[in-house]
Amino acid sequence: MENALAASGAGVAVPALGLAGVGKHYGTARGVADLDLSIAAGELVTLIGPSGCGKSTTLRLVAGLERPDAGTISVAGSVVADTRHFVNPERRRVGLVFQDHALFPHLTVARNVEFGLDRLPRGERRARVGELLDLVQLAHLRDRYPHELSGGEQQRVALARALAPRPAVVLLDEPFSSLDESLRAQVRRDTVATLRETATTGVLVTHDQTEALSVGTRVIVMNNGVIEQADIPEKVFERPATRFVASFMGDADFLPARVHRALLTCEIGIVSTVPGWADSDVDVDVVLRPHEVALRPAADATARVSSVEYHGAFVLHHVQLASGRTLRSWQPHNVRYPVGATVAVTVAPGTSPTLLVGDRAVTSPPANSVRTGPSPMRKGGPSDDADPTEVTR
Amino acid sequence: MTGPAVLAEARTPERRSRTYGVGRTAWSSLVIAVAVVVATPVLAVVIDGLGSLGESAQPRGLARMVLTTLALMLGVGAGSLVVGGGLAWLVTAYRFPLRNVLVWLLVLPLAMPAYVLGFVFLSVFDVAGPVQTLLRAVFGADVWVPEVRSLPAAVLVMTLSLYPYVYLLTRSALIEQSSGTYDAARTLGATRGRALRRVLLPLARPSLAAGLALVMMETLTDFATVQYFNVQTVSVGVYLVWKGTFDFHAATQLAVLVLLFAVAVLAAEKALRGRARYHQLGSRRQGFQPERLRGARGWAATTLCVAALSAGFLIPVAQLLLWAAGQASADTSVLTDPRFVDYLANSLLVAAITAVSCVVLAVSIGHAIRLGGGRFVSFAAQLTTFGYAVPGAVVGIGVLLSFAAADTALERAGVPGGTGLIVTGSVIGILYAYVIRFLAPAYQSIGASFEKIPPTVTFSALSLGAAPRRVLARVHFPLARPGVAVALMLVVIDAVKELPIVLLLRPFGFTTASVWVYELARENFWEKASLPALVIVAVAIIPVFVLVRQTRRDETGTTAPGEVRQ
Repeated sequence: MENALAASGAGVAVPALGLAGVGKHYGTARGVADLDLSIAAGELVTLIGPSGCGKSTTLRLVAGLERPDAGTISVAGSVVADTRHFVNPERRRVGLVFQDHALFPHLTVARNVEFGLDRLPRGERRARVGELLDLVQLAHLRDRYPHELSGGEQQRVALARALAPRPAVVLLDEPFSSLDESLRAQVRRDTVATLRETATTGVLVTHDQTEALSVGTRVIVMNNGVIEQADIPEKVFERPATRFVASFMGDADFLPARVHRALLTCEIGIVSTVPGWADSDVDVDVVLRPHEVALRPAADATARVSSVEYHGAFVLHHVQLASGRTLRSWQPHNVRYPVGATVAVTVAPGTSPTLLVGDRAVTSPPANSVRTGPSPMRKGGPSDDADPTEVTR
Repeated sequence: MTGPAVLAEARTPERRSRTYGVGRTAWSSLVIAVAVVVATPVLAVVIDGLGSLGESAQPRGLARMVLTTLALMLGVGAGSLVVGGGLAWLVTAYRFPLRNVLVWLLVLPLAMPAYVLGFVFLSVFDVAGPVQTLLRAVFGADVWVPEVRSLPAAVLVMTLSLYPYVYLLTRSALIEQSSGTYDAARTLGATRGRALRRVLLPLARPSLAAGLALVMMETLTDFATVQYFNVQTVSVGVYLVWKGTFDFHAATQLAVLVLLFAVAVLAAEKALRGRARYHQLGSRRQGFQPERLRGARGWAATTLCVAALSAGFLIPVAQLLLWAAGQASADTSVLTDPRFVDYLANSLLVAAITAVSCVVLAVSIGHAIRLGGGRFVSFAAQLTTFGYAVPGAVVGIGVLLSFAAADTALERAGVPGGTGLIVTGSVIGILYAYVIRFLAPAYQSIGASFEKIPPTVTFSALSLGAAPRRVLARVHFPLARPGVAVALMLVVIDAVKELPIVLLLRPFGFTTASVWVYELARENFWEKASLPALVIVAVAIIPVFVLVRQTRRDETGTTAPGEVRQ
């Protein structure tokens, strides 16, 4: 299928984790469909999406807790699941770290870490446990039981335990969301440092956009059981591939716009030039993020401030345009327009916003760009209703 | 790619994975095998009973037997509802002298098997007993007294020993399920009485139904008590027809009838419970506080509770102790009777083997389910527990039928004698029937322990490279240990008390303590029966204490929400 191009960034070497055309249905409900993904050794990838988007199913498929209906999953170059073969979780070399840490409550910290090392000789086993406890700085707690540890300490034990057998890939299922807000940032920093220090390949599932963008070398955005975009954080935020990614990864407003002779115009005026679109005349939607929207007091303007939210460092202004559509704009904390004030709305200089045709972003003029309307050409992922995967729903 | 091709490709493996999940073939097969083994005897009864319809004459007095059974079950049900429900209401809604102690003591009759209470009752109230002797002394020899060996007396005795089921379930429903809703009702302006009537009682209905179902099941299964009182129920009929007339088809037809009664009880419970599933929601709140009964009313309440407790437990235990003390000084004492130790050892040995077998099977089933086996395996696991709802006499006959069928098959295959020796010459039949009957309580407590193990713990263990057997040994079993202990205890106690299965299946010369009590009591050797009866009561009292301790701990959580619970 053409839309198999969603995954990118695979190295030349054998990927630590590979998914090709993987699908899983529960009855008639789609868990995930047509997943293509390749994660290079040493990469730390974040997987994000709204609840029910298929993140957990993907994790369970990789770990061997579910059987895929279609496609192939390979770990470190060997196939662990396809329509014919299925390797049980205990033989997959996939480590797991759960939100509830899932430590064995009847074993001490050291014994927890040692659990996955039973095939090693005694001496090596002990050395490896010591090494890992040093790594997560818990050597002094080695004889404690899990219930005697704080949440952050439990999380570190869970990580050490998962790393001990040197898995080919570690899956972390929202590992920080059970921690207090105050603790979370620190534990996250430590975890990421540990994963990088050990050059561990990791997939971190999260529902926190900031976490996804700041932790991952690549971010995979899922929705409705399909991958919407898999790219480096900057691209995901600045060049979202779909309307969903644009609105899910950060705030975004959409305005109908038109590209005519390389000039992008919409309700608020000329937004920018679009190089390479000289011959086009096409209707698009323009994605505007609040930090890109500038406001200026203007008595004769038609846009009006409809509400103001104070966020501390910044003040979020909701602005209603003449058409009734709303835009949001971040202003510095010392700028606050009164509700009802008329303002002139422009786009901050240097902004080259994302353009959408239908629900997909476009970077070059559609082939039939003299005509208007949604483009039949699809790139980047299969979120559309007309998608060929539709029949498997 | 065309649509239908994709559909076909996606569907086949999907269906396969939904049937088997990612479960392990070996473990899943084990569950299915256990289900088959457990279901076979009951199926054998149904097939034989229905297949032979019309072949043999109806047992005499069938209609009477059915009516008697119905009357007994309804009578004991109604009695337990009044006594158990009433006492639960009393101790929950009111405070009165000794209430805090009585709340727990009222559970004690649970430890007194009806067949022990029954013969003590007879010894006191029958013709030769002290009550009638006294009446005759006062009013002359031809004073009228109601017939003691009768249906109403049986209803009374069984009510006194079975009401705690209704009592316990109603009380926990009143306390646990309703503190939040009670508070809500009060804040909406309901008076205390109205909140109790309109909110708490309706909420307790499913628990009342569950308690009632347990009571009726026990009544249906009862074998000895009804015989002391000359009440012939279908369960007794099964045994008498089988052992007395050797008309096996007639016996299995009766057994099917017993099974129908059991199904009716379960269906009635479901209907009574309705579609309501009342779970305790939200945090524990203060709930309603018991109202103090002052003066005479308070003491009247105390008297009611003490009366039930005395009739169901204190007086019979005192009587048994008196007899036992008399035995200790007598020449032909039970204590010096070698049979006492023998039979007791038999009881304990059979119970222990049963308990260990049930626990091994229950842990294996829990483990297999946890590994993920899909719907079919879950269904099989459910199937392994239904033996508890099948009366002992039916299970006994089913085992006999199954062994007979195996016999025929073996003989046809050229093995002379088949399994005949196994049935008549050993206790394997008894053990088999026991496992069918008692796998359910074992699985329930072990399953509860398994439910407390987060699935992520299992997944973690697997992903750390542990094969299912190692996960079982190092993770599941250690974590399920509390449930294992409870299961062992429950099964041992149930097995020590069990009667009809042993009577039907015991090899020649094999007797257990419960059978001995029954036989001695039937011959009116009450003094001799007292000591083994006391042993059975003593064994049965253990789970009552455990139960009380557990409930108490739960309820402490209700009254002190801030307290850290262990």
